[in-house]
Amino acid sequence: MKDDTVKLGLKPGGPATERPISIAIVAMGGQGGGVLTGWIVALAEAHGWVAQSTSVPGVAQRTGATIYYVEMMRPGEGGQKPVLAQMPTPGDVDVVIASEFMEAGRSILRGIVTPDRTTLIASSHRALAVSEKMAPGDSIADSGAVTEAIGVVAKQEIVFDMNAMAVANGSVISSSMFGSLAASGTLPFPREAYYEVIRKGGKGVEASIRAFDAAHERTETRPPAGAPEPAPTQAALPATLRDKRANALLARLRSELPEQAHEMAWLGLQKVVDFQDAAYGDEYLDILSDLTRADRAAGGEAHGFEFTATATKYLANAMVYDDVIRVARIKTQSARRQRVADEVGLKDDQVLHTTEFMHPRMEEVASTLPVGLANWLKSRKRLYDWLDRRIDKGRRISTYRLSGFLPLHVAGALKGLRRKSLRHQTEAAHRDAWLADATQALPRNYALGVAMLTFRRLIKGYSDTHVRGHSKFEKAMQTTKSIADRDDAAEWARRLLTSAIKDASSEDLDGTIRTIESFRANEPIK
Amino acid sequence: MAERSFAKEVEDLKLGDGDLFRGEGILAITKALLQSGVAYVGGYQGSPISHLMDVLADANDILDDLGVVFQSSASEATAGAMLSASVMYPLRGAVAWKSTVGTNVASDALSNLASGGVTGGAMVIVGEDYGEGSSIMQERTHAFAMKSQMWLLDPRPDQACMVNLIEKGFELSEASNTPVMLQVRVRSCHMTGEFACKNNQRPKVSLREAMDNPKRDLGRIVLPPAAYEHEVEKIKVRMPTAIDFIRDHKLNEFFGPTGEEKTGKTGLIVVGGMYNSTIRALQFLGLCDAYGNSRVPIYVMNVAYPTIKSEVDAFCEGLDAVLMVEEGQPEYIEQSISTILARSKSPTEVHGKDYLPMGGDYTAAVLTEGIGRFLDDHEPAQLGNRAPVPDPVPILTNPAVERLSEVVPARPPGLCTGCPERPIFAAMKMLFEETGTHHVSADIGCHLFSILPPFNLGATTMGFGLGPASAAAFNVKGAKRSISIMGDGGFWHNGLTSGIGNAVFNKHDGVFVIVDNFYSSATGGQDILSSRAENKRRNTNNSIVDAVKGIGAKWVRQVDHTYDVTRMRDVLKEALTTEAEGPKIIVASSECMLNKQRRVKPQVAKAIKGGKRVVKEKFGVDEDVCTGDHACMRLSGCPSLSVKELDDPLRDDPVASIDDTCVACGNCGEVADAAVLCPSFFRAEVTHNPSAWDRFGARFSGSVIRFLQTRREKRAVSFEV
Repeated sequence: MKDDTVKLGLKPGGPATERPISIAIVAMGGQGGGVLTGWIVALAEAHGWVAQSTSVPGVAQRTGATIYYVEMMRPGEGGQKPVLAQMPTPGDVDVVIASEFMEAGRSILRGIVTPDRTTLIASSHRALAVSEKMAPGDSIADSGAVTEAIGVVAKQEIVFDMNAMAVANGSVISSSMFGSLAASGTLPFPREAYYEVIRKGGKGVEASIRAFDAAHERTETRPPAGAPEPAPTQAALPATLRDKRANALLARLRSELPEQAHEMAWLGLQKVVDFQDAAYGDEYLDILSDLTRADRAAGGEAHGFEFTATATKYLANAMVYDDVIRVARIKTQSARRQRVADEVGLKDDQVLHTTEFMHPRMEEVASTLPVGLANWLKSRKRLYDWLDRRIDKGRRISTYRLSGFLPLHVAGALKGLRRKSLRHQTEAAHRDAWLADATQALPRNYALGVAMLTFRRLIKGYSDTHVRGHSKFEKAMQTTKSIADRDDAAEWARRLLTSAIKDASSEDLDGTIRTIESFRANEPIK
Repeated sequence: MAERSFAKEVEDLKLGDGDLFRGEGILAITKALLQSGVAYVGGYQGSPISHLMDVLADANDILDDLGVVFQSSASEATAGAMLSASVMYPLRGAVAWKSTVGTNVASDALSNLASGGVTGGAMVIVGEDYGEGSSIMQERTHAFAMKSQMWLLDPRPDQACMVNLIEKGFELSEASNTPVMLQVRVRSCHMTGEFACKNNQRPKVSLREAMDNPKRDLGRIVLPPAAYEHEVEKIKVRMPTAIDFIRDHKLNEFFGPTGEEKTGKTGLIVVGGMYNSTIRALQFLGLCDAYGNSRVPIYVMNVAYPTIKSEVDAFCEGLDAVLMVEEGQPEYIEQSISTILARSKSPTEVHGKDYLPMGGDYTAAVLTEGIGRFLDDHEPAQLGNRAPVPDPVPILTNPAVERLSEVVPARPPGLCTGCPERPIFAAMKMLFEETGTHHVSADIGCHLFSILPPFNLGATTMGFGLGPASAAAFNVKGAKRSISIMGDGGFWHNGLTSGIGNAVFNKHDGVFVIVDNFYSSATGGQDILSSRAENKRRNTNNSIVDAVKGIGAKWVRQVDHTYDVTRMRDVLKEALTTEAEGPKIIVASSECMLNKQRRVKPQVAKAIKGGKRVVKEKFGVDEDVCTGDHACMRLSGCPSLSVKELDDPLRDDPVASIDDTCVACGNCGEVADAAVLCPSFFRAEVTHNPSAWDRFGARFSGSVIRFLQTRREKRAVSFEV
């Protein structure tokens, strides 16, 4: 075995020839990493240690990822000062403090977290990167991958939401991270010394100490790490409901739909009824009953009625389209005001107003009108344009003043006309065509039928965004239909959906379509 | 008002003999200047020198007391030219900037300064922005020192060494009649440490005395024939004098075994700035302890230029091979050492970039690898039992870690929450959806982030204030007009003449956007000519619009509230389509939000506490209205606007959400309106200390609203059990 003790032909400069304690703080600009760094240096210096910190302010600090680095060591015998490094060396860091979870991941990728030395103190909260927010769907990075890697690389891990803890104590994350550092046992300084440093800082001392203590306790007690949050259990369907109209719908749902679809259908049913009325709920169940029959005929039982279960979700979303009436009703709900009041922490002696940023166009107005009238208007181009010029502009509406609330309330009352409107006609026709396509694919390729249902996810947004969503939907649907006879059609359908959701420009989607077209071109003509 | 205040720290600048200074590198540098008896200081901000300029500004009273003149220079060229005060007069002066960019700007002045030479000590402090986290091209300042013959000091990252070298640097400058450059890297500027202080010195000669007794010496002016004589003087007099001074005052250092103890066959030559990392590398290799007691002889060149032949010869005596440790390329010093040893017919081999990488950071890990291989080849016995060096490779190749590289998203810098520049670029991106894209010349400054997602605008960046100039060629009638962008900082730095003046003169048809946020914001919020704050030491409130009109621009529009996205878009559109000839200039003005918040927040808090009626605003999103298509994100990138997962099983995609850091700049709502995105954004307005009228209005409308709400909600189908 290799002797890995270091034998130096030197007179020792100090009691030992060990290396300094090294601490890297990985953070995003503006997160207060500098404050924490200052505290750590002050802590070491207060004990006669030699400490040195370095950082890179400037552009990196403008919300980008940045790193602060501290080294500390006792002076040698005779006061000899250690030579301290200015940057962490991969594989040679004692403590890594990450102020955000993906930054913890980045520190692992930099190689500064290693199982022989490193205590990783990381806040589990996320601050999303621009790339995660930009995608027209879900593109949030998988925190699970970081958790898994931490399990492999860290000698000691201290991971919890230090941001939430700090906020709950009226402080900022540097305080809770300092508390965790103190409790981690990695530095040879007493707890009181940490308080002393915070007090000397002079700003928000009480709150900082509260957050420090909370984090210290949380770190010491160590609730089982990584215990998964209990999955939200779906409330089972209630036996009966007080409202007769609702009760009747519930009874229908129970008797006509397969059990596997019940939970989602229950949520979907509430959504559509809330959008329109009980009759609309019946329509929802009518359609689902038809789909269930088709599902069963296609051997759905063996698939756990996945087709119907998927339809319950996307049909509800298709039926609850976003029109002016819906927006007006949401904005004027009593629960909504309460939610805003909670969000801003409204106190009794304060007055709350909200300003809505609306930009209706003639198109939205016309489509709310009854079909005949809407089409008549659309055929009178000059009149339509004249009206559009009056309507198409940004409107600021103060919801909790009568001047704003009343128009919104009236717009919400147009619900009664909705099912006769042009918009409803368009939506219903689109919905029926979509379901027909999916149902048609079902007998030959069950998975394909299910995948076609999920295309509905592409239709969202308002105005131009909505139009783009529709165009993506059409592209995905047409391409899928063109390869419907292939065994792997469902797989390709899923890829089409994924590429459409990850990229707003629809370049990815077009790329996938080109791939499909290229292999179709090479197939022998049947 | 700068981003960071050093008001408290500058008190340490008053420390005197025997006191121990403890703090950041930039403060130590400032203290060293005061201990050296400078008569004047100037400079231009830019990381890592921004904070040095902020320290000087905050220390203005202390400087006044000592009779030191401090100026925030208009550009590095101005700062460089300022050193001309030391040409005729025995005045010590120092200027500072970010290098190599600042040195590029100043090089004309520096060449002239170096040619004529100086009487008083003249020092240029350059913040060498090289390596990880740098915001500029990767080059070395070394070349400037060599070509103009200025002595380049590169002290060990140790405050005592830095301070000593600054003091000695002035003496060196005076002894050799040559300006010196002191190079400090980013991490050294922001490195904490300590040193023993001396008393501050008043300048031996004051500027006033110099001005009252003007002097002229044709021999110091760069004009033929003096210019030719300068070159001879540089070679025959100044360089030899400098070499003697550097050797006699032991500015360079020798560590490790010397004399009898120097029995090994190899040695390291290290520029000062690389010393700490080298020591750590030697530690990893088992050749040194934490206190710098090394088994390998080390020659530390705190003076990176010129190379001192006698010291090199002496150090290499008896060694088979030396390794030169200098970061960046090309390997100027290695070449110089090779020349010296070749001329001495020394058998010592010179190595450097053959063992160490040509470019990139010389981290301890990189040095450990390079020095290890060097020793392996030339003196393997030194490596002894080969202590294990830190090795992250086994961890980095673990599948769980490898998978991470696909998961962890890049986090490029971006515009701050509430930045007034965001709506400008949102408007431009929106307009491009309509008109197709145009060529966009970008510039240095916060607005450079418009190049990155989500905006993805901007094709080039050529230098500070050169955005408009870099569109100069794109002057073709009838083509899609080019757009160039520059900030107010760049505008006053040189853009007024190099960009706008040039465009007026050449009848350029393009669009020129000047982003006016009232400060030099990217460098930390320093005041500039057009700043709207009152600054008792500077003349502010000079209008950019007046300036461009004064230089001859005719088509000038000012948008005095950039958050008005619709107007911003319309003005841009007009600029791109108007028949008017010549440059179309848009001055887009709104205050930098970082600075505004720093200014306004305490005022608001005080007003609320004092019982005054204050309306506080914050934006929000109605999550039932948001459909999760994130179109708003693609026009924003605001840190406070994010997405969140809903616990609604019916919804697949996360919806927009605004966190507590929102400063209610209004961009979200304006963009949603201008781009006709969606009605989910709202602005919540909370009235603190409401008036009786406020309360009455809220009570009255509240009761009507509640009545209507209750009536509607009672009628709805209830799913309550």
